[in-house]
Amino acid sequence: MAAEAGKIDPMHQFQIDAVGGGALDGTPFVFTNSALWMLVVLSAIFLFMWGGMKRELVPGRWQAAVESFVEFVSGMTLSSIGSEGRKYTPWIFTIFIFIIFSNFMGMMPLAIIPGLHPFTVTSQFTITGLMAIMSFSIVLIVGFWKHGFHFFTLFLPHGTPAPLMPLIFLVELISFLVRPFSLALRLFVAMIAGHILLEVFGNFIVNGLNSGSALGYGVSLISFVFIVGVNALELLVCAIQAYVFALLASLYINDAVNLH
Amino acid sequence: MDLMAAKVIGAGLAAIGVGVASAGVGYVFGSFLQGALRNPGAADGQQGRLFIGFAAAELLGLIAFAVAMIILYAV
Repeated sequence: MAAEAGKIDPMHQFQIDAVGGGALDGTPFVFTNSALWMLVVLSAIFLFMWGGMKRELVPGRWQAAVESFVEFVSGMTLSSIGSEGRKYTPWIFTIFIFIIFSNFMGMMPLAIIPGLHPFTVTSQFTITGLMAIMSFSIVLIVGFWKHGFHFFTLFLPHGTPAPLMPLIFLVELISFLVRPFSLALRLFVAMIAGHILLEVFGNFIVNGLNSGSALGYGVSLISFVFIVGVNALELLVCAIQAYVFALLASLYINDAVNLH
Repeated sequence: MDLMAAKVIGAGLAAIGVGVASAGVGYVFGSFLQGALRNPGAADGQQGRLFIGFAAAELLGLIAFAVAMIILYAV
């Protein structure tokens, strides 16, 4: 929300505040809007899964929806990790469904209720970074557990010429270490960029209507048409980012399990 | 040139990277469609690779965006 008319402040929507107006620096245990929206996302996931886990012989619509979610993720892990992928399906499913639900929750037009500001949990680097670090820890732990120091052969492809070995090792090591950052950065920047775009063009609509001139109304109309299209694109991006995060996490786990 | 003007120019220059990444994303999907229309039977099996290429191309544009934001708000 713009603080004053005509001034657009797109970063305000990502600010973490204490719910009920407490101070953030008093104690580390503050119930923030981020925590509140994580609880909302969690209860939405719980409702969704609970409605579909009745184990009826002939699945209804709801159960079919939940089953298609689960089958999608388990098919993804099985095809990218192989027969051992079943062990890692729970983690991949957890991050996939958490990301897709929190992305969609942040897109919901709940702000038409006064005083309610939707908060996209995945637009914070701490949240996406935590999920990326946990996926990366699974890669490291599984890799060293299964292969011991053979895990380092991951950084040397077969048939590397001896003079090139140090260089290739260095490059592969760097590309391996950058993975958690790129994984986390992609999701959070995609969410931030989309919400900034929506905020800026939403403000164009409001400011154009407030200006009271024919030009202002024209700008408002064009911005409104544009923002409807961008909203549809953002819904697509929400799903794609959740899919890409889960897919890349399972591919990285595949590296640790099967060592290419 | 004062600092604020330099910041805004720098952020604008960083935004070029976002546009270039859009060309990359278009190339990924265009090449996939070219291949998929020639051999539609093999297309569905390659969707994972399509999205890996998309993610790699998109990441660089998002990094350019992050650089622009850092220049504008953090420096």
